[in-house]
Amino acid sequence: MALPAAVLHDLERIVGKGQVIADPLDLRIFERDASITGALPDAIVLPATHDEAQQVVKLAARHGLPVVPRGAGTGLSGGAVTLHGGIALQLSRMRRVIKIDPEEKTALVQPGVVNSDLQHAASHHGLFYAPDPSSQKACTIGGNVAENSGGPHCLYYGVTTNHVLGVRAIFADGSSAWLGGDSLHQPGYDLLGVLVGSEGTLAVITEVKLRLVSIPEHIVTLMAAFPTIETASHAVSDVIGHGIVPAALEMMDQVTIGAVEAHYKAGYPTEAGAVLLVEMDGLRESCTELTGTVRSLLEQNEATGLREAADAAERELLWAGRKGAIGALGRIRPNYYLHDGVVPRSRLPGVLRSVSEIGEHYQLPVANVFHAGDGNLHPNILFDLRDKGVLEQVEEAGEEMLRAVVEAGGTLSGEHGIGIEKNSFMPWIYSPDDLAAMRQVKEVFDSAGLLNPGKIFPDPDREPRLLARAGLCAEARWW
Amino acid sequence: MAVDIRDPKTFQGPDAPSDDDLATCVHCGLCLNACPTFRVTGLETESPRGRIYLMTQWQRGELPYSEDLARHIDLCLGCRTCEAVCPSGVPYGRIIEHGRAELERIRRPNPKSMVVKQALRQLLGHPRRLRLAGGVTRLAQRLRLTGIVGPGRQLPSLAKAWRPPPGNVAPAIGERRYRVAFLNGCVMPIFYPHAHDASVRLLQLAGCEVWFPPGQRCCGALHAHNGDLEGARELRGHNAAAFGLESFDYLVVNSAGCGSHLKDFYANLGARVRDLSEFLLEAGLPPPEQPVNVRVTYQDACHLAHAQRIRKQPRELLQALPGIELVEMENPDICCGSAGIYNAVQPEMSQRILAEKLDDLLSRNPQVVVTGNPGCQMQIEAGLRERGRGDVRVQHLAELLVAAYPKVS
Ligand SMILES: Cc1cc2nc3c(=O)[nH]c(=O)nc-3n(C[C@H](O)[C@H](O)[C@H](O)COP(=O)(O)OP(=O)(O)OC[C@H]3O[C@@H](n4cnc5c(N)ncnc54)[C@H](O)[C@@H]3O)c2cc1C
Ligand code: SF4
Ligand code: SF4
Repeated sequence: MALPAAVLHDLERIVGKGQVIADPLDLRIFERDASITGALPDAIVLPATHDEAQQVVKLAARHGLPVVPRGAGTGLSGGAVTLHGGIALQLSRMRRVIKIDPEEKTALVQPGVVNSDLQHAASHHGLFYAPDPSSQKACTIGGNVAENSGGPHCLYYGVTTNHVLGVRAIFADGSSAWLGGDSLHQPGYDLLGVLVGSEGTLAVITEVKLRLVSIPEHIVTLMAAFPTIETASHAVSDVIGHGIVPAALEMMDQVTIGAVEAHYKAGYPTEAGAVLLVEMDGLRESCTELTGTVRSLLEQNEATGLREAADAAERELLWAGRKGAIGALGRIRPNYYLHDGVVPRSRLPGVLRSVSEIGEHYQLPVANVFHAGDGNLHPNILFDLRDKGVLEQVEEAGEEMLRAVVEAGGTLSGEHGIGIEKNSFMPWIYSPDDLAAMRQVKEVFDSAGLLNPGKIFPDPDREPRLLARAGLCAEARWW
Repeated sequence: MAVDIRDPKTFQGPDAPSDDDLATCVHCGLCLNACPTFRVTGLETESPRGRIYLMTQWQRGELPYSEDLARHIDLCLGCRTCEAVCPSGVPYGRIIEHGRAELERIRRPNPKSMVVKQALRQLLGHPRRLRLAGGVTRLAQRLRLTGIVGPGRQLPSLAKAWRPPPGNVAPAIGERRYRVAFLNGCVMPIFYPHAHDASVRLLQLAGCEVWFPPGQRCCGALHAHNGDLEGARELRGHNAAAFGLESFDYLVVNSAGCGSHLKDFYANLGARVRDLSEFLLEAGLPPPEQPVNVRVTYQDACHLAHAQRIRKQPRELLQALPGIELVEMENPDICCGSAGIYNAVQPEMSQRILAEKLDDLLSRNPQVVVTGNPGCQMQIEAGLRERGRGDVRVQHLAELLVAAYPKVS
């Protein structure tokens, strides 16, 4: 639906010329994020400041227009997709690291700051920001907070919510407040906790205060090859079972290793059934001792070709491969569909077996690359959208995989959020009462339902199937 | 919406990007923050992912051709930073050059595009004409006429144009270890003759007999970059013959854009092409004879860092100079906005990108900025001049390296 010229004009008055986009061609380019869904926004608006963003939200509230915050659009659950049209509030112009306080070890940033740009800025002070999603070279802090993102190093350091001290939020009616403060412990209701991970449905975040940590004195990165994904899973259980929590513990299967090696040439053994990346950090002595224990545990589980990164450059390369893995899968098929269900670690081998059987049943290649230490799976179903009818198959396969996860006592998403991809599965894990309680929270923050509508909660009026739901897919267009 | 909607199925010229190339993009977005035009605009439409999506839709008949569509493709620098960071192996350089070719085919010729195409074809392809144009510019600069016309401000002040030595061969200094061919190029001899002198001297010092194939012409990089694939093909045929006349070990190129084009497009020569820095590091220079006491920062030319993945070699060569202090920018490998003739056809975006580059660069307080491509050199020099910081020199890598060998320079 095209917005009335008067509204566009008012928007432009707020954010300036050229910062409101309503040309149908341009809108098409904004219809997607990194998931397989998409829907057209009515306008893209790019505020440069908190005040501008606030005025835009106020104006939208007056006109009853949906507002969907958008960072870099690397989300994997359709979070930034404007399912009900309205305004996509693109926050990429607000990309300033406002302040780094090396004494307090905190950073104050705008929401459009790219995760790795913050890492860079913090590194000048011997500090780093621990949550490191694999998409960190592109994704924004705003998106990270909204999705409560994780990353390889969150096994030890904790996910985003453990590092957010405060946010400046704009609510659906255009009012605004600072939530949280200088420390992780705040008296009163933990409203900050409610906002982190709310997927843009409760507030637009315009400033974030984050906790930074010191770069550890010593880091050891180990790569180990295993004959099968099963032996690798046992190794993971063994390490954790010994009470060891490495800084990171990541797994890749053979399909992934091949694709990654083709681009990064990181020296992953392409003949291995699975590879584990294990990182230990801390004081030099304790780190060395821990590495010894981990090495022997891995070896007891048939690990071969144990390799320790010799220097920072080699470590970076090993990680670059892991972090680029999902993108690298494009070398096998041009499209991927992935879920990020979490299972109890002991159930990893069984669920991985089911995942592979489902893939075989649908004759779709599946690549596994995931945060093994947390039991956070990422089965990537690979396909080529140009194959007729493939999307239905992919969606069915994905749903079956997620069901296997839930049946094993797991949950729907570890870090990518629910968005529009998994909202119809929410009743699998929540009772109607649970969901009603959550809905009440949404009502308190956004009674008119204008902030990122259609996300998280199942919508009984809509098809449960993604394909039929997202406007884009309903037309079964190519994209 | 946009004007000039034509048959949506127009995306089918002989040089159109292939569907398979386009389909390699998985829409992950990991390239966004690497893209200079995305960084300054924050817009998906000015990002690699957006441009690929747009071309895909266009190619598949989902989006009609329009001026607006063309604008997004025009605004791409062709710097290929996205290609270097893309884990999925999207051949973006090829996609954009073919996308441009397709645009040129469809688009109603407009005065600007005609001028560009003709300038490239009539001038760059012909060393003598270009030298003449250089001579006229030099005269104009002497008479202080260039400040009056806009683009003239971009140009460095010109010295006498470089020419290959008589006999088209320069002997090795010391033992002859290689015979290398040298790409005279079109822009370098006129704008940066000293860089050519320095490059040749360094090659001689590294034990090379340097051969300058007579009859060689522009390599065609700028033509291809601007969608004139046909013009590029023609030059390619011509040069293949010129370089085929005698034997040599390597073809050494001291301009990033040309090196990358030669490597990618010249079927028989490509494998023997080396960037000057790549070659010098491999072949080895004699020990430096005197210190070079300057504080330098190194600007990665896009067609070195991204297209040829050459980052370490120039830095290692610099660091081997006694007395040098190399200070890195925050983002040394982000485009300066020069991008072939981009700065002339997209001045506004080019200036925005340049402004960020200059901020980054000046914050390091260098005495010299080193780069390996004439376009970058020109762009940064012009930017520094405009900011009143002409005191910061911009030099080709070769010019700085050769300063360590006073006896021959
Ligand atoms: C290759 C690849 C690898 C990935 N790896 C990981 C990983 O390891 N771990 C992980 O957790 N995720 C991962 N992701 C998913 C994704 O990168 C994260 O969810 C990321 O946090 C999204 O950030 P973004 O800036 O792209 O947000 P977007 O996709 O633009 O938006 C995501 C959600 O956040 C909301 N939002 C964005 N900005 C704001 C704001 N300022 N205020 C309020 N709401 C906002 C949007 O409305 C939307 O609901 C990966 C994605 C890809 C493509
Ligand atoms: S070009 Fe590469 S990095 Fe960019 S979105 Fe496409 S696949 Fe991802
Ligand atoms: S070539 Fe450069 S300007 Fe063009 S999309 Fe890629 S990174 Fe952006």
